Amino acid sequence: MRLQYSTNIRIVEMTCTGNIDHRVILGAFEEGADGVFVAGCMEGDCHFLKGNIRARKRVNAVKKLLDEIGVGGDRLEMYNLSSAQGARFAEIANEMTARIKELGPNPLKEAGISNNLKGGDVT
Amino acid sequence: MIIAQQKPIQEIAEMIAEYKKVAFIGCAGCVTVCLSGGEKETEILATAMRIKRKLEGNPLETVTHTATRQCDPEYVEALEDVIKDVDAVVSLACGVGVQYLAERFDNWIVPALNTNFAGGSREHGVWEENCGMCGNCILDKTGGICPIVRCSKSILNGPCGGSQNGKCEIDKEVDCAWQLIYERMKKMGKLEKLMEIEPPKDWSTSRDGGPRKSVREDVMIG
Repeated sequence: MRLQYSTNIRIVEMTCTGNIDHRVILGAFEEGADGVFVAGCMEGDCHFLKGNIRARKRVNAVKKLLDEIGVGGDRLEMYNLSSAQGARFAEIANEMTARIKELGPNPLKEAGISNNLKGGDVT
Repeated sequence: MIIAQQKPIQEIAEMIAEYKKVAFIGCAGCVTVCLSGGEKETEILATAMRIKRKLEGNPLETVTHTATRQCDPEYVEALEDVIKDVDAVVSLACGVGVQYLAERFDNWIVPALNTNFAGGSREHGVWEENCGMCGNCILDKTGGICPIVRCSKSILNGPCGGSQNGKCEIDKEVDCAWQLIYERMKKMGKLEKLMEIEPPKDWSTSRDGGPRKSVREDVMIG
């Protein structure tokens, strides 16, 4: 397909979005990611039946927590798409990149925090 | 088990605002089962606090550890090395664990949870109060349904006039415990037992007499 999408995306592969817990997402932000989007399968298509439904609940909980601690819940989003939707993935990658650019860098970087990721990364 | 819930992040942050190095101590007992103070919740809270404090220009160093049980001196003792260098300790145990830590260590100990009640899980993520810990169980007389804690008035000869269509007058979502008791006794063919008038309860075994103590000499060591 050779689709183009923003080069600042770093993909972290998980076995299923249902395997994502709060710590994985918080850890990404603590290490300097400017934003995180969780790409789960289409609702109703989960191989484990409810992995993506549960992931969305967790993502919503972490969004709330990010608001409370000052990072901002808008930096995190959950999307549902199938592995056959390459074009949609590229679209989401660009959409999320645009949103994060609007929000600016991870505020932890401004607080002078060293991190292992390059500036502007979206994981 | 003991059911507890995490306090708001801001409230916990204020308790440790003046400390630079803080230990977050979880408990692998009840609070792990009710998903409020286990290993996972301890790491999440510590990470959230580190991020919050960094953003506020007041960086926080954290140590995390989850004790097998914080309500047991054996496991509390083992925490000495974990918390010896910290300025304060956030305990993610129930109120019992927090007190055991405060009793054993000279560090400043604060609670991360509100301890709510003795109950069980109804479904994943939902917990209900089921025992009033009155110290004198009467479940044999009420078909296994506790009127002490599940009846809003804790009455022993119910139902009262506030019982309507099986629900309690305090809330349409709350079952009338005495309706449940009646249905259960009817199903068990023991309705006649409800005709016995229960005399006023002896509350001396409950909280009213001050802190309680339970001793089993046959299992004491030494």
